[in-house]
Amino acid sequence: MTTTDERPAGFENNDHKPIGHGRMLRKEDPRFIRGKGNYVDDVQLPGMLHCAILRSPVAHARIVSIDTSAAEAHPKVKAVVTGAALTGLGLAWMPTLSGDVQSVLATDKVRFQGQEVAFVVAEDRYAARDALELIDVEYDLLDPVIDVRMALDPSAPVIRDDLDGKQNNHIFDWETGDEAATEAVFASADVVVSEDIVYPRVHPAPMETCGCVADYDRIDSRLTLWSTSQAPHAHRTLYAIVAGLPEHKIRVISPDIGGGFGGKVPIYPGYVCAIVGSIVTGKPVKWMEDRSENLTSTGFARDYIMRGEIAATRDGKILAVRTNVLADHGAFNGVAAPVKYPAGFFGVFTGSYDLQAAYCKMTAVYTNKAPGGVAYACSFRITEAVYLIERIVDCLAYELEMDPVELRMRNFIQPDQFPYRTKTGWVYDSGDYEPTMRKALELAGYDELRREQAERRARGELMGIGVSFFTEAVGAGPRKDMDILGLGMADGCELRVHPTGKAVVRLSVQSQGQGHETTFAQIVAEEIGIPPADIDVVHGDTDQTPFGLGTYGSRSTPVSGAAAALVARKVRDKARIIASGMLEVSVADLEWVKGAFHVKGDPGKSVTIQDIAMRAHGAGDLPEGIEGGLEAQICYNPENLTYPHGAYICVVDIDPGTAQVKVRRFVAVDDCGTRINPMIIEGQVHRGLTDGVGMALMEMIAFDEDGNCLGGSLMDYLIPTALEVPDWETGFTVTPSPHHPIGAKGVGESATVGSPPAIVNAVVDALKPFGVRHADMPLTPSRVWDAMRGVPRPPI
Amino acid sequence: MQVPAPVEYERATSVDHAIGLLERLGGSARIVAGGHSLLPMMKLRLASPEYLIDINDLHGELGYIRVEQTEVRIGAMTRHRELLESGELAEVFPVFRDAERVIADPVVRNRGTLGGSLCQADPSEDLSAVCTTLGASCVIRGGAGERVVTMEEFYRGPYETAVEDAEMLVEIRIPVRPGGSSAYEKVERRAGDWAIVSAGAAVWLDGGVIADARVGLAAVGPNTTGLPAVSDALRGREPSEELYEHAGTLAAEACSPVTDMRGSADYKRHLARELTRRALRRSVARINERD
Ligand SMILES: Cc1cc2nc3c(=O)[nH]c(=O)nc-3n(C[C@H](O)[C@H](O)[C@H](O)COP(=O)(O)OP(=O)(O)OC[C@H]3O[C@@H](n4cnc5c(N)ncnc54)[C@H](O)[C@@H]3O)c2cc1C
Repeated sequence: MTTTDERPAGFENNDHKPIGHGRMLRKEDPRFIRGKGNYVDDVQLPGMLHCAILRSPVAHARIVSIDTSAAEAHPKVKAVVTGAALTGLGLAWMPTLSGDVQSVLATDKVRFQGQEVAFVVAEDRYAARDALELIDVEYDLLDPVIDVRMALDPSAPVIRDDLDGKQNNHIFDWETGDEAATEAVFASADVVVSEDIVYPRVHPAPMETCGCVADYDRIDSRLTLWSTSQAPHAHRTLYAIVAGLPEHKIRVISPDIGGGFGGKVPIYPGYVCAIVGSIVTGKPVKWMEDRSENLTSTGFARDYIMRGEIAATRDGKILAVRTNVLADHGAFNGVAAPVKYPAGFFGVFTGSYDLQAAYCKMTAVYTNKAPGGVAYACSFRITEAVYLIERIVDCLAYELEMDPVELRMRNFIQPDQFPYRTKTGWVYDSGDYEPTMRKALELAGYDELRREQAERRARGELMGIGVSFFTEAVGAGPRKDMDILGLGMADGCELRVHPTGKAVVRLSVQSQGQGHETTFAQIVAEEIGIPPADIDVVHGDTDQTPFGLGTYGSRSTPVSGAAAALVARKVRDKARIIASGMLEVSVADLEWVKGAFHVKGDPGKSVTIQDIAMRAHGAGDLPEGIEGGLEAQICYNPENLTYPHGAYICVVDIDPGTAQVKVRRFVAVDDCGTRINPMIIEGQVHRGLTDGVGMALMEMIAFDEDGNCLGGSLMDYLIPTALEVPDWETGFTVTPSPHHPIGAKGVGESATVGSPPAIVNAVVDALKPFGVRHADMPLTPSRVWDAMRGVPRPPI
Repeated sequence: MQVPAPVEYERATSVDHAIGLLERLGGSARIVAGGHSLLPMMKLRLASPEYLIDINDLHGELGYIRVEQTEVRIGAMTRHRELLESGELAEVFPVFRDAERVIADPVVRNRGTLGGSLCQADPSEDLSAVCTTLGASCVIRGGAGERVVTMEEFYRGPYETAVEDAEMLVEIRIPVRPGGSSAYEKVERRAGDWAIVSAGAAVWLDGGVIADARVGLAAVGPNTTGLPAVSDALRGREPSEELYEHAGTLAAEACSPVTDMRGSADYKRHLARELTRRALRRSVARINERD
């Protein structure tokens, strides 16, 4: 069932103080607003030393020699460590999240500009940085592989000669769907449209860069690591496996995190360097990368070169979609995705449409660029998938001379088809697309916009209206299908109600700004009727929380949110038994009204959850077989992913003289199932939409032909400001997930996924008078001008 | 955090003190004004001076905008924000306010200075284009006294000026002539970014005819210099769309942009034409609105 609702009210209505779901201000904000957040770089320990990393200035070279003597002689330097030294410890290489290995410090070759070559530990950050300049590295330059299209050319130099018998730069081939069936549909279709579509390399660029403080206690061999991690438990287990440290002696703490967007899922060499630094010096060691290090060496995202093809009937029934993808994974395959999904969840490229067939073939290759392929607010490559389908559907609309909304509506999966199995094997849990689309059209005033556009076009003005409709797959995931390096993607949760009726809920997921301390308190509040203000959310510390895989891929609410609801219900079940004893009636005669149990038919006889908590810990009798205390623990294994959807409409104006794009309006109608805190959801949507403007119009990590990264600072890698974005217009529909205990679906990444195609579609629509059917991101003025002159260029 | 190399630091208490320090310390010393160009370079270790001479305490002495009958004089320590907010300056030379609206962001504008902008001599720098457009001259002071140079003489090449080791820029002088107005146009990839291309124009009308006109471009070549050919083509003509178009074409021909992340050389050349037209059109419109 789908319900639609009015647009949200203004800010003044954000703080209703609900006992459960509803608008309320974020519990964590007072400390952030007052500058009292506690980030990794705020951690100061007595005797703490500082680590700085020497990085390769070139993209591909053999290391001939490294002379560290001058650096070692620096009066404030405590240690200088090279790859050779790490080899002795067995730590020169480490596993990536996708079955490859990555060097911690280069031993044989450097394979991308910015790669870690050596590190220094010194008394302060300045001395550590100064000492880097005293290290003398001799490089023997090699030809780099920069153009991904040439990576598999027989003449291309082999980047990964460290891998046994490796003769080329091939990583994997992957396919999904039915090739023959798809070919058959294409062969007999009225209309086939194909387009080359590039999703350029972008970077998560969180406000806080990556870093850690490693404190290794030599006496009892205990490691405490404060680190910028979206997945503290997974990291702890990996450190145990890689470094051979016993897991119970490792404590990973993620304090406040200043944005992650997937970039803080992997383990980076810098963390290992700091740990080694602490082990060799016996002192705590801090490593915080600077902005350039963050942009040039930590996980990038996207970098897919896609050929999209779509087959349809002349009257606009889409029959099949096919794509061929060349994926640039950089120098090491560091993709962060469940093991069985080397291309993440790209398989949902069939979108929101009911197709007869679909097929994708992908080849992934090494290049001399930074490794990564992180889930940058993309729910594991769904950003690429949605961009592909939503762009190619618009290309079809262009060829059919059909309104893009009309074309989409004609092909939507219908409500009675859910659960819907796509031609690539994904089972969409629930959806009702048309009301969402209609809501967006209504908010935008779509027909009126089209009229305005016609008038402006007649005057030579360039106005564009872009539409996208997305279905996401979030909440990884069922442990039978999904694991990361063998760790199942189920999440634990623990809830303890104190004697006075206050509570603490402990979770494995880690907020990077999403408002977990509020949302999870509200989920628990809704179930047991304790006000959110009375519920503490503890997260980000492996010693304090149950095991789970962390926050990325919009999985916190679908997985840990379900765990929080279920653990609260478990506590409520116990509370019910205690209440029956207190009220001297049978359990069946009790009725739960949020916060209290009443005797059915006699509302005067009731006990509150607070009364029950006191009884559970008190001296009085408890019903037979019931232990004291009021707490529970569970581990939630999701039955399926959840599939949020949304309809986005973007209006742009382009200056015909300068080709500058102005985003005039943006309407986003999201359906993420049950809405826990609408204000937080809107915040997530605003963030993602802003992100979309960045990717569509300005962001790109580019390289010159020698492999120098051209996006190494925020002067070069542009991210949008308030001046580039319009006043966001948001709306929603509610189609609950049938398998999630409270019907919620993830929303953290919806807007990042859905907005780029809406913006690009709008720009392309504006350029229709020039006969433009496609233009690649980033749509900078220069690139838009190329498109206007009929020479659109791919960005790579 | 990006950290610069070790550096000695001293605050100058007067212009003479600053020049004395420069004389004593020689080429290993650099003046720091707003620091918004120098400090980023030091953090990236593209610049590693041994000594920094901080002239921010000279704001009292060198931070001023004096609008006089025949000349405007602006001190080198005048901050972007002061240039933006000066109504008096906008009255005579609206090009300043146009440009300052789109230079960097408020944080940078609060500290960055006119002197620092000009002495940085970045080919994409906007105030240099403004000063070139207005035919400004630069007052440089050293141990031996002051000398005055034109903008053309001031620029020696990218990041290179006529200011010698033991000298500093103290003032900019701009002649005021009747019947004129000016405007600035900039295209950037994002607010606060450096120009893809910018163009300034100043026009003086006399009886409906262009008595003089100047155009200054930024980010389209190694140097921000005037375009004499454009001035020659405009002088003595009546303003018209065709004339602006012609001037734009000349400007596009005269510049030598390169392809980079901001845009292709072809696009930049196109912008030089388009923005020259727009700036001229707006300058003339402003004169007509006023008269
Ligand atoms: C994020 C950002 C965006 C920016 N965007 C733009 C933009 O869009 N357009 C634009 O034009 N600029 C832009 N800038 C540059 C900004 O305007 C700088 O403030 C300006 O270029 C330098 O002024 P400053 O006072 O900060 O100089 P400083 O950095 O202090 O000095 C720059 C150089 O000039 C020398 N110097 C300074 N004063 C004197 C003097 N009186 N005599 C002799 N030498 C002197 C210094 O020794 C140094 O070599 C941007 C800067 C930043 C950080």
